[in-house]
Amino acid sequence: MNSYDIVVIGGGPAGLAAAVSAKENGIESILILERDDKLGGILNQCIHNGFGLHTFKEELTGPEYADRFIKQVAALEIPYKLNTMVLDITEEKIITAVNSTDGLLQIKAKSVILSMGCRERSRGALNIPGSRPAGIYSAGTAQHLVNIEGYMPGREVVILGSGDIGLIMARRMTLEGANVKVVAELMPYSGGLKRNIVQCLDDYGIPLKLSHTVIAVKGKKRLEGVTLAQVDGEGKPIPGTEKDYRCDTLLLSCGLIPENELSKAMGTEMDPVTGGPCVNESLETSISGVFACGNVLHVHDLVDYVSEEAAAAGKNAVEYIQYKALSPENKAALCIAGPEIPLIPADGVRYTVPKKLCTDRMAEKLTVRFRVGSVYKNCFISVYLNDRQILHRKKPIMAPGEMEQITLQKEQLKAVDDLKTITVKIEET
Amino acid sequence: MYDVIIIGAGVTGSAIARELSRYQLKISVIEKGEDVCCETSKANSGIVHSGIDCKPGTVKARMNILGNEKMEALSKELDFPFKQNGSLILCFSEEDRPRLNQLYEQGIANRIPGIRIVEKEELHNLEPNISDEAIAAVYAPTGGIVCPFGMNIAFAENAAENGVEFLFHTEVTDIRKIPQGYVLTTNEGELQTRCVVNAAGIHADKFHNMVSEHQIHITPRLGEYCLLDKTAGKLVEKTIFQLPTRLGKGVLVTPTVHGNILMGPTARDSDDRESTDTTAEGLAQVIESAKRSVPVLPIRQIITSFCGSRAHEDGGEFILGEPEDAPGFFDAAGIESPGLTSTPAIGCYIAELVCGLLSPAENPNFNGRRTGILDPKTLSKEAYAQLIREQPAYGNIICRCETVTEGEILDAIHRPLGARSLDGIKRRTRAGMGRCQSGFCSPKVMEILAREYHISPLDITKSGNGADMIVGRTKEYIQEVSP
Repeated sequence: MNSYDIVVIGGGPAGLAAAVSAKENGIESILILERDDKLGGILNQCIHNGFGLHTFKEELTGPEYADRFIKQVAALEIPYKLNTMVLDITEEKIITAVNSTDGLLQIKAKSVILSMGCRERSRGALNIPGSRPAGIYSAGTAQHLVNIEGYMPGREVVILGSGDIGLIMARRMTLEGANVKVVAELMPYSGGLKRNIVQCLDDYGIPLKLSHTVIAVKGKKRLEGVTLAQVDGEGKPIPGTEKDYRCDTLLLSCGLIPENELSKAMGTEMDPVTGGPCVNESLETSISGVFACGNVLHVHDLVDYVSEEAAAAGKNAVEYIQYKALSPENKAALCIAGPEIPLIPADGVRYTVPKKLCTDRMAEKLTVRFRVGSVYKNCFISVYLNDRQILHRKKPIMAPGEMEQITLQKEQLKAVDDLKTITVKIEET
Repeated sequence: MYDVIIIGAGVTGSAIARELSRYQLKISVIEKGEDVCCETSKANSGIVHSGIDCKPGTVKARMNILGNEKMEALSKELDFPFKQNGSLILCFSEEDRPRLNQLYEQGIANRIPGIRIVEKEELHNLEPNISDEAIAAVYAPTGGIVCPFGMNIAFAENAAENGVEFLFHTEVTDIRKIPQGYVLTTNEGELQTRCVVNAAGIHADKFHNMVSEHQIHITPRLGEYCLLDKTAGKLVEKTIFQLPTRLGKGVLVTPTVHGNILMGPTARDSDDRESTDTTAEGLAQVIESAKRSVPVLPIRQIITSFCGSRAHEDGGEFILGEPEDAPGFFDAAGIESPGLTSTPAIGCYIAELVCGLLSPAENPNFNGRRTGILDPKTLSKEAYAQLIREQPAYGNIICRCETVTEGEILDAIHRPLGARSLDGIKRRTRAGMGRCQSGFCSPKVMEILAREYHISPLDITKSGNGADMIVGRTKEYIQEVSP
């Protein structure tokens, strides 16, 4: 059985950044396992621009952004295996994977970084009634067909869901000569970034119908049309608001689901809100030495933040390995075994990543990412250490489609006697 | 001139074809769809019923019980997934207890092996996730589950291996009697045959009524289902029924042979034979009824929903055999539940009737054993590693959710009656049946199909003619815009 210090599961943006960071922080023995035939993950099909503004201070396309990291992986001579599917990871960090050339692989790792990304919510998961013809695609599958394979899934398009990939595909299909008739969104607000609504819908005159959903699908073999209806506050269609659209294609962009089948099978504790593992300040899951980053942990809007988070996971994995190698006395001398303090999402905050932290282990500054549950205008992000408010920051607008973040200072946390809880909430005044 | 033409390549037609392939007969199965298992056979509960709720003395009872008895041996001979997991029929109130007892008595009259009434405590020990409101149940240990596609495809492949011809995309529009037998008019021309077997599912009345004065009438009775992700797969071990209603066996909750949880069906009579649309009300009803049996069902883990149609004949009975006024025309009509369970018995029964008329010699080359598509997940690690060394395609995972390899997909394409569409691949290998519902693997499967059949990806369909997956290449539709 081959052994590595760190095995990175997935060679998308998260996995690449984690591997690069681990190597730069001093670990030599790293392996990336990627199920596709190239590194880069979903970025490879995201040929639009807008990537890298935070990381590289310039606007890159998805493949260009991925290429920056792929070049670093090459320069750092980090080995990787393509077309390799991980079938199983045990709690003891033995990884079983398969590909055509090596056959069935068993690899022992000291630390595992989970970076498998996410998948799209399918039509079945949405329980859309009607027939089941060809022509219903998730937006990402359509994006793959158009941008990677060079094929058009259809010409007359309705999009359900205003997630970012759906918005991007509305523009992409339009540029390819398809007629994108409407984007319908169940919620009273968009699930995507504001800039994508402006640049992908408004600029092309594509209507966005909020509080609307697909209530019927027609066509036996190939899709022939859908019926949209307005929904009430509980998401139930309002009779009399039905409108039929003739179309041969329905694209679905109704949310992303972290792909955690491996994580669940190995027994990591999961957060039902994010669909990702519960992690501490080190992005370490409930299994020691197993870290998670990127969309497998929680779905991000911007790849820049994925890279940032993954770099932290890579660095933390290195520290984990270095710590494990210490003698018991040296371990004790570091005193990093303090209590884990829970971060509590409250009043409009749906979740936080991380979910808990240890003030002994945390870096001087710790980024906490979270999402809000609905649209908030002119409200405040507040942070409480026990009952004491330490942050009260006004935001003109917050929406579920845009991830928020705050920074916690180690010094500030350490200064509190008997710190029991850290609460993140939205306040109106 | 054919000896036998079987209309319909569903599970009934395929089972009959397989039984008839034991004899030296020129047989064709004609199917309007692009593949076997395209209609009723593809969308049902996949249950091997014990036979407890068939009225004693009916054809349904006889075929059900016989079919159930044959299933295990047949599943081994034809290599399709079957599991005798047992079934429970729940009773929710003391008021309903007489009906439960009546069902039990009926089971005794039908001589269903091992049945007994289990009281609340034992019931909840057997199935801890069953609703606390269930006060008792009839337990039938011979109830089972089967892969409906797997069984249909196995019958058809074995029939084809033994010389039966299958004609797809062939639709019968007329049947007329001639002295030697029948002439079938189809979109592909006329076909002459000595005998006809009518296994046309929800369309069987149409063909019957072309040759017989004794008219029958079939109503498609639609049933909607929801399927849960495998991560919810162990909530129940047995098939959980509720006491039957006038329209059928009611909504069940069952594990599938592949480890998902299936719930459904509703029962809604339809006058449209082409439509199997799901409805919001129907799906809501499935969920509500299923939760009555198993309240903890994680509805958020539904990965797909679908609707099937049962061929309900007005008389509520299977119609098997020749109408008085149409010798040589054999019905296998009105095959609704327990149709899937009964097919092994119906196959033998109809084959006997046909042989009674044609007195054929045995087929000396008949081989009743069929080997299904090898699933590497069933191999030991050593054997799987060896397989990949011999055939590297088994190391290439195409469908990540169901871990289906390229090797399995190639097998599905190149075996007898090989898959030609995404649905064909899906039903044979499960590629695309998992939680992402083919989002990731469909482009890869399209590529493999195009490569193996030497056709353009533009010609790849989801389910045969008209179900194109893609409509053109990029850049084709861009029209010049004047500045």
